[in-house]
Amino acid sequence: MYETIWFILWGVLWAVYFMLDGFDLGIGTLMPFLAKSEEDKRYMYNAMGPFWDGNEVWLITAGGATFAAFPTAYAIMFNGLYSALLLLLFALIARGVTFEFRNKVESSSWRGLWDFFHCVGSFLPALLLGVAFANIFAGLPLDKNGIYQGSFFTLLNPYGILGGVLFVLAFVTHGALWLAVKTEGDLRERSLKTAGKTWLGLLLVAVLFLGSSFIHTDLFANYMRYPYLWIIPIIAVLALLSIRPFIMSGSEIKAWAASALTIVFITFFGVAGLYPRLLPSSMSPEYDVTIWNASSSELTLKIMLGVALVMVPIVIAYQTWVYIFLGKKLTKEDLEYEEAY
Amino acid sequence: MDVLMLSRLQFAAASMFHFLFVPLTLGLSILTAIYETKYVSTGDEDYKRAAKFWGKLFLINFALGVVTGITLEFQFGTNWSAYSKYVGDIFGSLLAIEATLAFYLESTFIGVWVFTWNKVKPKTHALFIWLVALASNVSALWILIANGWMQHPVGYELRNGRAELTDFIAVITNKFAIYEFLHTVSGAYILSGFFVMGICGYHLLRKNEVEFFKKSFRIAATFALVFALFEIFNGHLHGSEVAQTQPTKLAAMESVWETQERAPMYLFAMPDEQNEKNSVEILPIPGMLSLLAHHSMDAEIKGLKDFPKDERPPVSLTFYGFRLMVGLGFLFGLLALLAWRARHNPESAPGLLKVLILTIPLPYIAIEAGWVVAEVGRQPWIVYGLMKTSKAVSVLASSQVWISLIAFVAFYSFLGVVDFYLLAKYAKKGPEALN
Repeated sequence: MYETIWFILWGVLWAVYFMLDGFDLGIGTLMPFLAKSEEDKRYMYNAMGPFWDGNEVWLITAGGATFAAFPTAYAIMFNGLYSALLLLLFALIARGVTFEFRNKVESSSWRGLWDFFHCVGSFLPALLLGVAFANIFAGLPLDKNGIYQGSFFTLLNPYGILGGVLFVLAFVTHGALWLAVKTEGDLRERSLKTAGKTWLGLLLVAVLFLGSSFIHTDLFANYMRYPYLWIIPIIAVLALLSIRPFIMSGSEIKAWAASALTIVFITFFGVAGLYPRLLPSSMSPEYDVTIWNASSSELTLKIMLGVALVMVPIVIAYQTWVYIFLGKKLTKEDLEYEEAY
Repeated sequence: MDVLMLSRLQFAAASMFHFLFVPLTLGLSILTAIYETKYVSTGDEDYKRAAKFWGKLFLINFALGVVTGITLEFQFGTNWSAYSKYVGDIFGSLLAIEATLAFYLESTFIGVWVFTWNKVKPKTHALFIWLVALASNVSALWILIANGWMQHPVGYELRNGRAELTDFIAVITNKFAIYEFLHTVSGAYILSGFFVMGICGYHLLRKNEVEFFKKSFRIAATFALVFALFEIFNGHLHGSEVAQTQPTKLAAMESVWETQERAPMYLFAMPDEQNEKNSVEILPIPGMLSLLAHHSMDAEIKGLKDFPKDERPPVSLTFYGFRLMVGLGFLFGLLALLAWRARHNPESAPGLLKVLILTIPLPYIAIEAGWVVAEVGRQPWIVYGLMKTSKAVSVLASSQVWISLIAFVAFYSFLGVVDFYLLAKYAKKGPEALN
C-alpha cells in the first residue's frame, strides 16, 4: 500500500520536475538559435529569473524521495548510471552559476563564456534525462546483485537516444512557449514560430517513441492488464495535439499549459508502464528492482508520507503564488530593474 | 589508488568545496535580513543599501553553494551505494525531509527577494529574506541530524540486512546532532560576522562611505561576539558528547596513546603514529583532559593503544585539525571582543581594522578543520560503530572515479576562482548610491 503510494509520488515528483525545469532547460538550449541580440538574451534569462532555482529543487526532491522511499533503487540506479549522472550534475552546475555570473563583468567575451555554459548546461541535462529514462523503461543490464553490467555507451542505444531526442524536443517546445508567455512583440512572435516548428519534430518523435516502446519495452503489459490506464497516453496525445492550434491562435498561455500537460503525461505513461518496477533488468525479470524489494521500512514510508502530505501542498501553494505574481510579461522596465539578470 | 580511496577523496573534495559557501549563506542571510529589518523599522536608507550590498555578496556566494549541494546528495548513490542501501531507510529520509522543508522555501524565496524590491511593501520584502535565512538554517538542522546519525546512530534496529528506523523521535532529538548543529551554525555566524567586519575594515581604512560601513560594522561585531562566545561554550559541550559517544575520535583529537586517569592536556604535542606515541609533549595541565571530557579530574581516558589498530582514525590529521580549530576559535573570541569594544567608532582603530581584513579567511580554515575532525576522526567508520567506510563504497571501475575526481577538482577550482574573484570585486566596489 505505502509502497504503491510512494511509487505514484515518485512519478509525480519527476513529472513536475520535467514540467518546471523543462522550460528552463529548453530556453537555455534554444538561446543561441533564438536570441538575436544581447537584449533578447536578457529577456531569456529574466524569463527564468525568479523561477529556475525553485524548479530545480524538484529534482533534488525526486532524488531525495528515491533515496528515502526506495534506497535500494537509489543505490543501484545512481551507482549504475555513474558517468551519465555526474555528467548531468556538472552540466546543471555549469548552467546554475551562469545566472549570477554573466552580468557581473562588463565584457562580451565574459558573457559569451557563460552563455556557452548555459546552453551546454541546459542541453545536456535534457538529453541525458531522456536517455536515462528511456533506458530505464527498456530495462538496464542489472545482474542478480543489482550491479550494472554496462558502460556509459550502453545507454546510447537507438531507443535511449530516441528518448533523449524526445526530451530535448519536448523541453525546447516548452521553453519557447514559456518565452512567448513572458515576452511581447518580435521575440514573442519568434518564440511562437519556433515552438510551432519544434512541435512538429516533437510530434514525429513522440509517435516514433511510442511505436518503439512496443518493440523495446514491455511498458504496454500494464496497459493490457489495466485498460483504464490508456487514459494516460490518450491525454498525452490530446495535449500534444492541442499545442498546435493554441500556437496558431496566439494563445501562448494555453499552449504552454498544454505542453506542460504533455510532459507530465508522457512521464506518467512510462511510469505507469513500469509499475511495480522501478528499474527493470534487461537480463532477467528476476533481477528487476521493484517497489517491493527496494523500499524502505513501513515506518519510514509512513513518516515520509506524513511529511509529504503536509509539505508538498504548501510548496505547491507558494510556488503557484510566485508564478502568478511574477509570471507577467517582461517589459523594458523589468530589464532595467537593477537586480535583473 | 583504489575505488575506496578515490571515492573518499572525491567526497572530501566535493563536500569541503561545498562548505566553502554554506557558512556564509547561513550567516549572511541573517545579517542581510537584520539590515533590511533595520531599514523597515528606522527608515534609514543606509540600511536598505546595506541589505542590497551584503545581499549582492550573499547571492554571488549562494550561486555556488546551491549548485554544489546537489552533487552531495547524489554522491551517496553514485559512490556509496552500499551505504545508501544499508542506511537509506533512515539517512535518505532525513535528506528528503530537508529538501521538502527547507530547499523549496529557500530556493523559491531567494528568487522572489531578488525580483521584488520595487514590487512589494518594504515589510513584505524583508519577510522574504527572513524566509530565506530561516530555510537555509532549517536545512542545516536536517543535514546535521543526518550527519549526527552517522556520528552516533540511534533509533534503529538491524533488520532485513540493513538498519531500519524504529524511533524517529530519537533520531531527530539525537543529542549529538543537536550539539553538532549548534556548533556548526555558530561557526557559520562567526565566519559571516568576520566577513562583514573585514570588508567594512577595508572601506573604513580608505575613508569610503564611512557612515554606511560603521552601521554595518556595529551589527556584525555584536553578531560575531555573541556567537564567538557561544561557540566556546557549545564547543565544550560538543567535545564532551564526543568523549561519551566516540572514544576513538576523542583519543585521536588529543593524541592520547595510553589509557589513563587524571589525563593531562598538553599545550604542545606532536603525534608519532608509527611508533604509537607522541614525539613531543610539553606544558601539561594535569587532569585537564579528564575534566573537560568527563567533568571530573579523575575520569579515565581510554588511549588509542587500547583500541584495535583497524578501529583507530588517522591520528595526525584529526589531532592537528582539532588544535587548529580550537586555537582559531579562541582567537575569534578575542578579536570579536576587541571589535565589539570598538564598534561605535571602528574608524579610529586602524590597526584592528587591518587585522580584521586579514582575518577574513581564518574562519573558513577553522570550519574546514572542524569538518576534518568530525569526518576523519570518525574513521574507519562511515556510521560510527555500525558500518565501516570500506564496506560502504560502490561497485565502480577506478578509471571512472579517477576521471570524475579530476573533473571535480578542475571544474570546481575554476568556478571557485571565479566566485571568489567576483566576491572580492563586488566587496571592494562598495554600495552603490540609491537612484
